[in-house]
Amino acid sequence: MSYLFATATEEQAMLSRIGVDSIDQLLQQIPKPLQLDKLLDLPPALSEMELEQHLRQLASQSSGSTSRTCFQGGGAYDHYIPSVVDEITGRGEYYTAYTPYQAEASQGTLQAFFEYQTMICQLTGMQVSNASLYEGGGSVSEATLMAMRTTGRTGRVVIAGALHPEYTQVLRTYVGHTSTEVIHIPVGSDGTVDLTKLAGAIDENTAAVIVQNPNFLGNIEDLAAIADLTHAKESLMVVSTDPISQGLLARPGDLGADIVVAEGQSLGIPLQFGGPYLGILACRNDFIRRMPGRLIGETIDRTGGRCFVLSLQAREQHIRRDKATSNICTNQGLMALRATMFMAQMGPQGFRETAELCLQKAHYAATQIAALPGYTILFSETPKFKEFVIQAPQSAQTLIEKVAKAGVDIGPALSQFAPIPGMADTENLLLVAVTEQRTKAQIDHLVNLLK
Amino acid sequence: MDLAALKYAKTHEWVAIEGDVATVGITDFAVQLLSDLVYIDLPKPGKALKVGESCGEVESVKAVSDVYAPLAGVVTETNPNLGDNTEPLSSDPFGNGWLIKMKVSDLSGLDQLLDRASYEKHCESEAH
Repeated sequence: MSYLFATATEEQAMLSRIGVDSIDQLLQQIPKPLQLDKLLDLPPALSEMELEQHLRQLASQSSGSTSRTCFQGGGAYDHYIPSVVDEITGRGEYYTAYTPYQAEASQGTLQAFFEYQTMICQLTGMQVSNASLYEGGGSVSEATLMAMRTTGRTGRVVIAGALHPEYTQVLRTYVGHTSTEVIHIPVGSDGTVDLTKLAGAIDENTAAVIVQNPNFLGNIEDLAAIADLTHAKESLMVVSTDPISQGLLARPGDLGADIVVAEGQSLGIPLQFGGPYLGILACRNDFIRRMPGRLIGETIDRTGGRCFVLSLQAREQHIRRDKATSNICTNQGLMALRATMFMAQMGPQGFRETAELCLQKAHYAATQIAALPGYTILFSETPKFKEFVIQAPQSAQTLIEKVAKAGVDIGPALSQFAPIPGMADTENLLLVAVTEQRTKAQIDHLVNLLK
Repeated sequence: MDLAALKYAKTHEWVAIEGDVATVGITDFAVQLLSDLVYIDLPKPGKALKVGESCGEVESVKAVSDVYAPLAGVVTETNPNLGDNTEPLSSDPFGNGWLIKMKVSDLSGLDQLLDRASYEKHCESEAH
């Protein structure tokens, strides 16, 4: 039957198959007061032509990074997306919002995710990656739960300094109603975690130390030192990273990370109103059975040919029920596919060049802004990648609105988020990120607007 | 291993007792039921167990089954040859495939377990 229509005849056929006379009878187990007794409050139907005009008119009110200049940071960035990404992911064989359920029948999709896993491992310095989770914040929380399962410790988790405040919120939502204590170590005067305070907070009940690098303020953390403090108490280090930064920075896996997570939006995914994005999670091989989400494995079929399957499914809900490693047993298929195409297109050299451009342009912008009267770049001595904190001579929110009128977007203002311990008085503070897409002319224009 | 000398739990664990030390495994019946084994997860030595408490998992390609403590006590040893390698359990569940040894805190728990004849009856009833 067609799924697009429900004609009176089809409706009757379905009802009689179920064995009832009417929709009302079908729904009679739902108490009357809970049933809607009127039509939905929708405007009248439109013809295709009218609908298209209406939607065009609505769409024309939106403006995005294509028509404006985007210097916004805070976890989602305006990176370049090679045209091949849209071209390949838009193919009918791939283009679905749905993760193909009879997965072994979708060898192309499975192979793409297998390649994704391989490239994520290469990027992070980890041994195994899942086929993706929903987004960066969820990945941090899932990694933390995974660390609890792996260590058998549930007493405490430690957040090291400037983790994205929204990730912190997601984590608190996950563990808020459990006995796990979330300790948040403040940021020190250099904009990275206070290592002395961190060392004092990690104890024998600590499952994980969570650190973001580059951190939410744009600063590079000393991952190796944090790893030593963490491992001294046999805790696990969870590192939330920016995939593009891996073009320049040492890989978290090479600096002692046990689980690496990331928001994968930078890998070929448009800003698109804040989602859907991509949750990256990779870890050491020892933890593979504690890992949430899907894993694609390689095997041979009965004729000896190379093929791909969903592996280690016994960890998942449909088999392990309440003992599943996570309530997530799907993945962000289409977004992971975009990331795969992006990474394949860029290659190690492309990553390096992109990261270098971000670094140089961000530092040029920071230097120019620092020279303006009344402006300070916070933590100016601390190494940064593509993002930094500006202290403005006025309220950050006012400044953001002023610059936006000229078609340039900066921010977000730090006051928009829950406070990060150690960061007092954020009224005049805001983030600015500079990606490889920004030109010298655009940066100079921004500097002029700030004057 | 003399199967008649062992005690059995309805959840398909077997127990061999020497003094107050019990060796625990799962029966051939359970292993056949699970079919293709892929992984065995065992408790850490030192873990205190109550009767009927889940103390490990045996994973097959399409299912996971809990291992329940047949007696109360403390885990003293786990089989070092098991983990990703499941072959000893598949081929020799009553010998090389043993799972854990435990120091039993209450030997009267043995009276709650089945002898071989009762266990075989129990398996027959489960198979139907």
